[in-house]
Amino acid sequence: MARKITYMQAINEALDQEMERDETVVVFGEDNAGGAGSPGEDDAWGGVMGVTKGLYGKYPGRVLDTPISESAFIGAAAGAACSGLRPVAELMFVDFFGVCMDQIYNQAAKFRYMFGGKARTPMVIRTMYGAGIRAASQHSQCLYPIFTHIPGLKVVVPSNPYDAKGLLIASIRDDDPVIYFENKVLYSVEGEVPEAPYTIPLGEAEYVRDGEDVTIVAIGRMVSMAEQAAEALADEGIECEIVDPRTTSPLDEETIYESVENTGRLVVVDEANPRCSLAADIVARVAENCFEDLKAAPKMVTAPHTPPPFSPTLEDLYVPDPERVAAAVREVAGAGARA
Amino acid sequence: MTEVAGAKELSREQLLDAYRTMRTIREFEERLHTEFATGDIPGFVHLYAGEEAIAAGFMVHLDEDDYIASTHRGHGHAIAKGCDPKQMMFEIYGKQDGLCHGKGGSMHIADLDKGMLGANGIVGGGPPLVCGVGLSAKTRGTKQVAVSFTGDGGANQGTFLESLNLASVWELPCVFVVENNGYAEATAQAFSCKGIDIAKRADGFSMPGVVVDGHDFFAVYEAAGEAIRRAREGGGPSLIECKVNRYYGHFEGDAQTYRAENEVENVRNEKDCLMLFRRRVTSAGLVEDEELDRIDEDVKSLIDESVREAKEAPEPSSDKLITDVYASY
Repeated sequence: MARKITYMQAINEALDQEMERDETVVVFGEDNAGGAGSPGEDDAWGGVMGVTKGLYGKYPGRVLDTPISESAFIGAAAGAACSGLRPVAELMFVDFFGVCMDQIYNQAAKFRYMFGGKARTPMVIRTMYGAGIRAASQHSQCLYPIFTHIPGLKVVVPSNPYDAKGLLIASIRDDDPVIYFENKVLYSVEGEVPEAPYTIPLGEAEYVRDGEDVTIVAIGRMVSMAEQAAEALADEGIECEIVDPRTTSPLDEETIYESVENTGRLVVVDEANPRCSLAADIVARVAENCFEDLKAAPKMVTAPHTPPPFSPTLEDLYVPDPERVAAAVREVAGAGARA
Repeated sequence: MTEVAGAKELSREQLLDAYRTMRTIREFEERLHTEFATGDIPGFVHLYAGEEAIAAGFMVHLDEDDYIASTHRGHGHAIAKGCDPKQMMFEIYGKQDGLCHGKGGSMHIADLDKGMLGANGIVGGGPPLVCGVGLSAKTRGTKQVAVSFTGDGGANQGTFLESLNLASVWELPCVFVVENNGYAEATAQAFSCKGIDIAKRADGFSMPGVVVDGHDFFAVYEAAGEAIRRAREGGGPSLIECKVNRYYGHFEGDAQTYRAENEVENVRNEKDCLMLFRRRVTSAGLVEDEELDRIDEDVKSLIDESVREAKEAPEPSSDKLITDVYASY
């Protein structure tokens, strides 16, 4: 039986193997060693969740703690990427993008275009996203749509440990700035992950499940919600095809269109808020490009247009769950063929 | 006056090069001022005239593989760092053969091959980038140095203060230059920084901070040399505040009603960096007036030619709109 490790271990292993392979790969962020200058261990934490644990001792001088100064160190990643390093900077929670966004969207993302094609900015920003751990409004958002909107950025949202490793290695080796979204609820999820390094190309969606009745496009943690819904629906005789885009920029539109051509029905599941979300984008793209194939109006299953709430009762209502996904699928499946 | 501080270290060639750099910047900017008024130049243009001694005084110490990050007022830094003035002029006219193929313009002129990380449309955008270059040099064990230029306006951005701290904490080979020209756009530094010496902020980040006269090439040369040497030898970052004046508005088209009467005229008459430089090197017998005159003529024809060709140069082709967003698609 193949080896099983967690989503978090898969990310750690990808960082470890790339640092081993390429000495220009450096890792930094708040508490990424976790203890610099303290009287105790220099690497007490290895990141606030422990994702970078163990790297500090293995790669001296290449795993750095930072002051709590996201503008400076995220910008430093951009400058380092332009001058010979492949930095992997950690923006602890994506909710903190507001204190450093200029360095991401006005600097790193635009260098290549503004400089007439002469810049290479091979940097990765790892960042945590998503609700589910009662972390409240400023530590729980799903902000990948904002980054997907920006030309020049690539946006990666792995849904399982296998993809987490292959996509992170591909992101580190990529010559463009990549925002790599880690779902905090998925950190403890186990899956089969080969030990040897491998890459998954950015911009290639995956068929998670084959089915003929309804296409479900689901992103990040929502893939597992879609899978649970699809299991239940199969018992009712509705066969769902699940597509995981894996990266939202570039977005593998062709695979989504191909599936919708087969099923004629679409549900998109996105934990982000609904307005200008990936769900809205995918529905719009399908409406524009596959209108003749559609047998029913597509549906979006998303968080409501509210900040993430703190109350566990409310937070559980906020995040799309398998029941909501299933309800949307039934509605789309039950809608008659268009005249 | 025969004593010229710093001049003893400089060869005749270096003195002539420094003068050529300053004269090229001046001619470039004065000509842009004239041409902008005709309406032929698209967009926003911010001129560096008056501040030339700073760019020239720093860049004498930098090699091609050292890096700088500049500001919206970036033409002078670019020229001094070795960017081609003609390609820069093409860029400012938005032409296909511009330094950035017409996609950057005045505010984003860059040439990474020359270590020029870009003019920057965001005030305070550059200092974090320079920290990254410093980290790269330190990690790879090169002796490269990274210099960030910021105005007195940019010195009030969080990015600037965060970067001073990060460079200090990580002990990076960086130099932070504040070109204090007295105005953040139209708001006086006397107001926006309470009139303090911005160099004092260095104390708060455990690094040396000095104030120099930004009109005086030799003063800048000395202070820059010390800071760059320290950075190169692993001694960490420094802050240098250059007090200076700009000869034109914040942008071209600025009526400058916030300035005192005769403010610029007085500086031009008393502290102009080209005038001071010429007076000092000729009176010390280091260079002849005629040699400097010849440079003036050379530069004038270069800029004439650049403007003439830029006006006639081809526009970018329409297919270029969507290229160069990513290194790989």
